[in-house]
Amino acid sequence: MTVLYLPRFRTAALAVWRRNTLVWRKLAGPSIIINFGEPFLYLLGLGYGLGLFIGEMMNMPYLTFLASGILASSAMNTASFEAMFSVFTRMIPQKTYEAILTTPLEVQDILAGEMLWCATKCVVSGTAILIVGALLGAVHDWHALWVPLVLFLVGLCFSGMGLVITAFAPGYDFFNYYVTLVLTPMFILSGVFYPVTSLPTALQSLVQLLPLSHAVDLIRPLVAGLPLSNVVLHLLVLAGYGLAGYLTAVHLTRRRLLV
Amino acid sequence: MPAVVQITDLHKYYNGREVVRGIDLHVPAGRCFGLLGPNGAGKTTTLRLLLGQSPVSGGEISVFGLPIPAAGRAVRARTGVVPQTDNLDPDFTVAENLRVYGRYFGISVATLDTRIRDLLEFVGLTDRAEARIATLSGGMKRRLTIARALVNEPELVVLDEPTTGLDPQVRHMIWGRLRDLRQAGKTLLLTTHYMEEAERLCDELVIMDQGRILEQGTPAALIKKHVEPEVIEVRGEEHLARQALQSDGDGRFEAVGDTYYYYTRDARAVVKRLEDVPGLTFLHRPANLEDVFLKLTGRELRD
Repeated sequence: MTVLYLPRFRTAALAVWRRNTLVWRKLAGPSIIINFGEPFLYLLGLGYGLGLFIGEMMNMPYLTFLASGILASSAMNTASFEAMFSVFTRMIPQKTYEAILTTPLEVQDILAGEMLWCATKCVVSGTAILIVGALLGAVHDWHALWVPLVLFLVGLCFSGMGLVITAFAPGYDFFNYYVTLVLTPMFILSGVFYPVTSLPTALQSLVQLLPLSHAVDLIRPLVAGLPLSNVVLHLLVLAGYGLAGYLTAVHLTRRRLLV
Repeated sequence: MPAVVQITDLHKYYNGREVVRGIDLHVPAGRCFGLLGPNGAGKTTTLRLLLGQSPVSGGEISVFGLPIPAAGRAVRARTGVVPQTDNLDPDFTVAENLRVYGRYFGISVATLDTRIRDLLEFVGLTDRAEARIATLSGGMKRRLTIARALVNEPELVVLDEPTTGLDPQVRHMIWGRLRDLRQAGKTLLLTTHYMEEAERLCDELVIMDQGRILEQGTPAALIKKHVEPEVIEVRGEEHLARQALQSDGDGRFEAVGDTYYYYTRDARAVVKRLEDVPGLTFLHRPANLEDVFLKLTGRELRD
């Protein structure tokens, strides 16, 4: 019987975070182009194109509505994909964790470092989207400067969840289930492209249980310059998913690696 | 002598199978200690257990007097590990591998820089400092892995088959480096199935098979205890070999595949006789650890 392990944060986790930033720095050029290029395409194509027909949505220009949704959903994707594909690569084929586990670090430090790194990546790519959005006139308020901080939390939330999937993934193909069954429905339903209120009531309550809608509800008012509501609830949901994911992932990953 | 590693009645079940079946081990400080055994003997599992990388099913382990797994972090901070298969970080260069790994121990950047320079020199990789891992040969990767294991200036270095799959030049170089480390007062604990390696390096060793320790001692003592001092290996027709070898009745005859072994205290008479038998080739040599190993663990194949 394995007792549930209650990890506490140690600065050792920062060594893992640092390792990943060093790798990222080597490939920063292409990655920054993607960070700026992709939102540019989305906002220009969808925001202006669709925006022409839609005009306003929930008392804001459609471009603003969409930009805030994309900020949240792209953080979800960035964190999830890093926590699944990249972490799996380091955990299994590349044996990076095997090497790290011969140092004082333990599984909980490695995964904490990975989550911090995923969250950092979300801040970097999110800031790029924010800049593009501002250049296109989608950002209406200086409060938008809080968005990177929110994105950091969104990154912790989705990387925690992603790490759970990685902990028992037999291979890369396995991630398709999570993408198709969890991430894509969340992307479509959580108010990125249209307000959640236009969904059937039953579906609305279901969507409220998922973290992405809470990320959208925090980011959208900050970008549009509208008053925030239920801030504590949104923060708690995001933090809760992240923490539950982390604890589960530590437990499962220990069982997988420490045999 | 104080024990660096002390293991008492260690057991480990893996998927319902008992892979370590009651091991006792006492590794004294400043020695090179060997775990010898065929594949599946439980050598690697024992190393994983003593590093706190695998839950113990029964028994007790202490390293530097600290309990494992409770003090795993503290023990690993003072230990260097060379794993069986290379797990260098392919995203980094040679020097970066050492630097990144050193940070996992919390070593400061300034200290690391001098240490990396010394270590690269120690393993002869100074001119490859900026090379990517993918461009290194197997022997270079192995040497880098050894350098990496030393980045925290460990008191104990654990090596899991350090020279498997390497060419003779690299093996000799690594053996030399390991002797240097022992000279510098470090405790070495290594697994191997190369008898030559064990004989050259180990002050003391245990022979393991199927999760148990069969024998323990210095290489010379084990040879003396278990096999006759002289060995003749013969190839050719079996009945000719039997005739030439067994007529003297003093030694021990064993057939393995197409080779016949004759263990004896005095081989002079037999050698003389063999010289006169056409169709037989033979080799007369002193007994070695391999003879002990094969006698204790049997000659059937292990996979």
